[in-house]
Amino acid sequence: MSLSAASLAKIDREVSKYPTEQKQSAVMSALRIAQQELGWLSNETIQFVADYLEMPRIAAYEVATFYNMYRMHPVGKHCLTVCTNLPCRLTWENDAGAYLKQKLGIGFGETTSDGKYTLLEGECMGVCGDAPVLLVNNHKMCSFMTPEKIDQMLADLDKP
Amino acid sequence: MSEKVILNVLDHPNPGTLANYEQVGGYQALKKILAEKIQAETIIAEVKASGLRGRGGAGFPTGLKWSFIPRHFEGTKYVVCNTDEGEPGTFKDRDIIRYNPHSVIEGMLICGYTLGAKVGYNYIHGEIWAEYEMFERALEEARAAGLLGKNILGSGFDFELHAHHGFGAYICGEETALLESIEGKKGQPRFKPPFPASFGLYGRPTVINNTETFANIPYIIRNGGQKFLELGKPNNGGTKIFSVSGQVNKPGNYEVPLGLPFRDLLAMAGGMREGRTLKACIPGGSSVPVLPADVMMDVTMDYDALAKAGSMLGAGSVILIDDRICMVRALERLSYFYFEESCGQCTPCREGTGWLYRIVHRIVQGNGKLEDLDLLMDVSTNIGGRTICALGDAAATPVQSFIKHFRSEFEHFIEHKRSLDGCH
Repeated sequence: MSLSAASLAKIDREVSKYPTEQKQSAVMSALRIAQQELGWLSNETIQFVADYLEMPRIAAYEVATFYNMYRMHPVGKHCLTVCTNLPCRLTWENDAGAYLKQKLGIGFGETTSDGKYTLLEGECMGVCGDAPVLLVNNHKMCSFMTPEKIDQMLADLDKP
Repeated sequence: MSEKVILNVLDHPNPGTLANYEQVGGYQALKKILAEKIQAETIIAEVKASGLRGRGGAGFPTGLKWSFIPRHFEGTKYVVCNTDEGEPGTFKDRDIIRYNPHSVIEGMLICGYTLGAKVGYNYIHGEIWAEYEMFERALEEARAAGLLGKNILGSGFDFELHAHHGFGAYICGEETALLESIEGKKGQPRFKPPFPASFGLYGRPTVINNTETFANIPYIIRNGGQKFLELGKPNNGGTKIFSVSGQVNKPGNYEVPLGLPFRDLLAMAGGMREGRTLKACIPGGSSVPVLPADVMMDVTMDYDALAKAGSMLGAGSVILIDDRICMVRALERLSYFYFEESCGQCTPCREGTGWLYRIVHRIVQGNGKLEDLDLLMDVSTNIGGRTICALGDAAATPVQSFIKHFRSEFEHFIEHKRSLDGCH
């Protein structure tokens, strides 16, 4: 396997940030870039990244399994990670997690049958002043998520 | 309106840009240092005089930390910034990166000049991708203006700075875990000593400070340490950004002088929503002891006053809990957080955080016993102080302080198998 030329160029840019003999420093970004292209991290993908960065495959696997935002299994087209930690919970009248569970008909850690959405429970995202918050596909932070705003977000994601 | 050191950029157009930062004296400190070839000793003395204490949570004096770096060491040294904020209640560094990234860049440049480091990294929390990209753009802007790179402003001083993106691990806010993470490893804290000042990133002497700490440095150099100190109060110099969350009318970041009465901060945040009553406050992020409202209403917001009141300033992350929140359920969620985020390296933390969570969880499930409260205290006491890093203590603190101040609520839950009436 390989990654697209665009992904490899992004990884090369990350590698250039670190001393020549420390390519492994780019592994977190490289795995993120690979996941962004492929949706999740298979063993094959992790091995490719490790080989590309000339580091032990097991060391890349250790990183992939340590950090919460890597997906070690196939997921839906869109991953919705809802913060349920205390500051977000204090706005309990707008329980974004409960609303999404009911709306999508799935629980945390599950994917809708049409493969569109995976719902995940997240830990503190460092955005507590915007509670309740959720993160779309690891990259887009959504703030003050009332039911109306969640409906709008889903409608936007549904657009082709 | 009191003077602001960092968020004053919001009073000018286009916050986040170099042009905006220049409106508030941006990069004047660096230019002065380079033009006058100010000695490292002088800079460190100024930072010490400012009374600036680490804004990430520990409150360690910044000038003292800088003085630990072997300045005459010939090899490579590093400057690292910790923007990995992910403790429940924290969200100030995100706004600093959004609105004033150049103050962080200038602070790191000054630190690099002072300590003889030529490379720096800013480790940015995984979940805030938009801010990571904003910081990358600010770096590009600084490079284009000749403020980063080789021979900065023709002075002969070289300094390069890079952004490193985290990917979801609270533990990486611990400084040595963060260094491991930059090295491309699992974020597991290192045993100390050696401290980062002698053995840091890639085994090299390294200074690591919080985002807000670095952002304060340019002001201190421009205006003198004494002026910064006088913004706050003795031993608690400067302003502090407090992140106010929970059931208030205007949650958000407020930069105020250290020593401001808590009442005033609460008023700035618009007071409690819908006229609710404050029941409790966690004043510094989820790892500091919770305080009941009556204690909070009489404290001032600074390191010494909060310590005296039985808590800590931490990162200035003020979580406000109103009278409709069930403290047992609140503790259950916090305990789950520490269980989930324990790196698993030390047995007391790995096993103890799970044990704490399971006990609180069974109380919430209606299966608790009164003896469980003593068991919780016993388990938490046996974690605290027995681990490599402070995550173990951070997990023990909420358990101990919640039970200390709200024991009757726990007893009610155990007896009646439900929250107090009207609480969620």
